[in-house]
Amino acid sequence: METINYQNFRIDAENICVDYNGKVALYDANLRLKPGQICGLVGMNGAGKTTFFNALTGFVNISKGKIRINGESVRSAQKDQTIAYVPQNEGIDSQFPINVWDVVMMGRYGSMNIFRCPRESDVQAVKDAIERVDLTDHLSTPIGNLSGGQRKRTFLARAIAQRASILLLDEPFSGVDIRTEKLISELFIQFKNEGKTILLSTHDMIHVREFCDLVLLINKTVVAYGETSEVFTPENITTTFGGISPDFLFGPES
Amino acid sequence: MELCSFLTLDSFITDPLTHDFMRKALLMSSLVAAVCGFLSSYLTLKGWALMGDAVSHSVMPGVVVAYALGLPFSLGAFIFGVGSVALIGFIKQKSRVKEDTVIGLVFTGFFALGIVLVSKIKSNIDLHSILFGSPLGISLSDVKQTIFISLLVVILLSIFRKDLMLYCFDPRHAKTVGINVFFLHYLLLTCLSLAAVVGLQSVGIILVVAMLITPGATAYLLTDKFDNMTIISVLSAIISSLIGIYISFWFDLETGGSIVLAQTFIFLFAFLFAPRYGIFKLKKFFAGYK
Repeated sequence: METINYQNFRIDAENICVDYNGKVALYDANLRLKPGQICGLVGMNGAGKTTFFNALTGFVNISKGKIRINGESVRSAQKDQTIAYVPQNEGIDSQFPINVWDVVMMGRYGSMNIFRCPRESDVQAVKDAIERVDLTDHLSTPIGNLSGGQRKRTFLARAIAQRASILLLDEPFSGVDIRTEKLISELFIQFKNEGKTILLSTHDMIHVREFCDLVLLINKTVVAYGETSEVFTPENITTTFGGISPDFLFGPES
Repeated sequence: MELCSFLTLDSFITDPLTHDFMRKALLMSSLVAAVCGFLSSYLTLKGWALMGDAVSHSVMPGVVVAYALGLPFSLGAFIFGVGSVALIGFIKQKSRVKEDTVIGLVFTGFFALGIVLVSKIKSNIDLHSILFGSPLGISLSDVKQTIFISLLVVILLSIFRKDLMLYCFDPRHAKTVGINVFFLHYLLLTCLSLAAVVGLQSVGIILVVAMLITPGATAYLLTDKFDNMTIISVLSAIISSLIGIYISFWFDLETGGSIVLAQTFIFLFAFLFAPRYGIFKLKKFFAGYK
């Protein structure tokens, strides 16, 4: 039997549990992802998707289990800027007085000195990232004046500027325009080729089939995990959504 | 006679400056206003108005005990300010009572404790000056302490300016890239307690929360850039303090109340006439004439 080399896994979560003041949000969840893999995280609202993300970024502490990022602790992953989190649009205050450039620059904060003075390389990274998401015309636009899709691209640019090898995306396709959707899907292919690992939560079944190599169905714990073609079956989806059939949830076309 | 000298703007401004206590009051209040104004942009963006109210009221017993024991009042205020927040967090976590209720009951409890202590501890504490501020009667030792605390808060906020902005904007990202969010949380709380202490000398405990939220709210209506927001907040706080003190001097009004009223009027002005976010959107109005 071959021994597992944990270095091979970008993300290795083993039997993790998270509870908030005694209320269990997630239990016995497992996930292993390698470089270049895109995994969809599917579940109902309150099924623990955001909790899973929070555990991986270290925003909440796990009460049981183990998380290794590139074979190391979450703490050292934070220090190494390994993980980037792209929030869903509802998760941020769009009225905050900040423009596109400054948001993307926040992706560099972790590797700057204590005063967060941008160096030449930081400025270049931010410029490149903004160019990749096609927002060069909006450098000094306050985020409150952006469309939903542009705002989503701003936070994607922040993740790119951070040069993280793992991207966690919370509902990347919700509330975005066609152009943004196309741009994001192109970026996904580029990320995959660059060997980045992507974990994205989504409500949209079509996107899972389109982009995700793997799928993780959760309802407080893992319902099913594996190759999308094998695991993403109507039966599993029905179980994940508490007995409601996918046709009823998403219409017959999915 | 007072009315005559009042007629020229020049003497309106210069006459009070001939009094030593007025010069001191104007200087100290401007300093305090600058500190509170600086912090104000963070508190309004973080949504900590109620927290500001809670901390500023909770420092009351700390101030009284420190005075009674002959310790620097800032120390007592700091302990009770941070203590109140810890207690709020603890009760919220261990009970089913909602957060705003917990905040309300904790700070009124502390405040009541302070009032009871003042009546019991026989000392030279003037309840009126704690409750309503006394910028005109500030003592030399208070001046030194105020300058020290103000500089401390300004230096802390300046060093962690960007981190605190990120913490207010997106704490999850801050945590993800290895920035110590726990530290920033308590740094902001510490600055809040310290600012409440210096602020209460200007306008008193009851109104100090206005110093901590009104300038930030005014600035928020006037700009979309964080740095500008901080500058506008500080300036509007200083201007309000100067206006308030002059008005109270000439019309013999309560100083603390006058300062806060001046802030409120500046806010109302912004609320009505802010170019982009005011009720009368002046930017659109003028754009229509081009």
